[in-house]
Amino acid sequence: MPKRKTEKKKLNIPQKNPEKLIAKDDVRIDGRKLDELRPVKIEVGVLGNADGSAYIEQGKNKILAAVYGPKEVHPRHLALPDRALLRCRYHMAPFSVEERKSPAPSRREVELSKVIREALEPSVFVEYYPRTSIDIFIEVLQADGGTRCAAITVASLALADAGIPMRDLVVACAAGKVDGRLVVDLTDFEDKEGEADVPLALMPNLNAITLLQMDGGLTVDEFEKAVNLAIDGCRELYKFQKEALKSKYVAVKEAVEE
Amino acid sequence: MKQKWLNKSFVFKVMNMPLFYEKKQLVTPGDFLAEGNYIAGENTYKDDDKIYASRVGLVDYDARKIHVVALKAFYVPSVGDTVIGKIVEVGTGGWAVDINAPYLAMLRAADVLDRPFGFRTSDLPSIFDVGDLLITKIIAYDRTRDPLLTVREPGLGKIMRGQLVKVTPTKIPRVIGRKGSMISMIKKETTCQITIGQNGLILINGKTPEDERLAVMALHKIEEESHTSGLTDHVTEMLKKKKEGVEHA
Repeated sequence: MPKRKTEKKKLNIPQKNPEKLIAKDDVRIDGRKLDELRPVKIEVGVLGNADGSAYIEQGKNKILAAVYGPKEVHPRHLALPDRALLRCRYHMAPFSVEERKSPAPSRREVELSKVIREALEPSVFVEYYPRTSIDIFIEVLQADGGTRCAAITVASLALADAGIPMRDLVVACAAGKVDGRLVVDLTDFEDKEGEADVPLALMPNLNAITLLQMDGGLTVDEFEKAVNLAIDGCRELYKFQKEALKSKYVAVKEAVEE
Repeated sequence: MKQKWLNKSFVFKVMNMPLFYEKKQLVTPGDFLAEGNYIAGENTYKDDDKIYASRVGLVDYDARKIHVVALKAFYVPSVGDTVIGKIVEVGTGGWAVDINAPYLAMLRAADVLDRPFGFRTSDLPSIFDVGDLLITKIIAYDRTRDPLLTVREPGLGKIMRGQLVKVTPTKIPRVIGRKGSMISMIKKETTCQITIGQNGLILINGKTPEDERLAVMALHKIEEESHTSGLTDHVTEMLKKKKEGVEHA
């Protein structure tokens, strides 16, 4: 597998890798169909010391999220007089990729922290708790493409688990173009060798998009299709997300009522 | 009882205000609860005519209002609440107290001392020091300023002994029970003195460590199973069983 690179060289560069990413019968390299998500496993409330937490496995991705707050802001001068300060740290563990990654926050991680925070902020009632901070910590334990999306999905669950009032959960899923075909939920390999990647975050009940990015090249028509594909992926993922949040309580209820 | 409720839901239909969840159904943030002329109660919010849940919890409603009983939330100070807190800082004119809320609470020296407060004459750490636990009451609070506490009431003041249990603040009503049924049962069964802080901290004082351990177990059980029905009976049963076990041993 190629090592994780920081910059993506795409845009009209002819494909160098002769390997077929999609077989004739529309099967992708990992055996999925074009519109099929990777297998997901989500757990809520996995950490005892955080106010809220969640864990996701999406394909080979493994991500932990923890939430603290609302609490007094440190350092004090950062406090906002009219709303809570939402802070987010996206971090990849040194062992999360094939070649050891330096544990210091890279340019990419700083950017993703901001992007994830901005994707989650519209869902949180920050105006309810002025002069406080809500801190989100996202730790990528193992990465295989689409970590920003999976990170948004778990972080949203961790916020809900912390008991922070929210307008809606936020789910995220990517769509993209690989071998000239539109596909959903790209792996690392598909992301790098493919032509385009469109991560999208959605508040499913409000039907509102909180994150929309594109890397690579798509025609207007393809872009629209990719967005719709990503939205469908989000809705599918939302079922798992909601189930995970509920299952924590349903399990107790069933055990007691037996 | 059940019949009555069915009639009510019939009324809702006639008035053309659809409800999408039954009572006590588990919801997650963003769930679309109802549409129409309802009042959005606790842990819900209204967007145009639509009411959505804003926390994980159980739906409850009456003819006009729909709300969600949260399964997990943090404590938000409210004037008049008795809370249990920990001194985290001794300042020049008072103390900063952690009351398990988003905001640090202030306890002013002038409210604690009998005589006028002076910087040189009053040695604050000798009254309350960092790490001391207090039973206090909130006397003033709004979101623009930190909550203000008092200890000048009977039953308030420094905690000298006992065990503290932390539960989710939203479960405090469940710990107390209807008209205090749950808490008085636990007190009776375990012969412990129990002081409940509205912020989710509960102080237990028992004659023996064994009694205290029982009370702690009961409280944990309530927290874990607060969203199930027939809880008071379950807890009573558990306490009786455990007590027997101890006597036999």
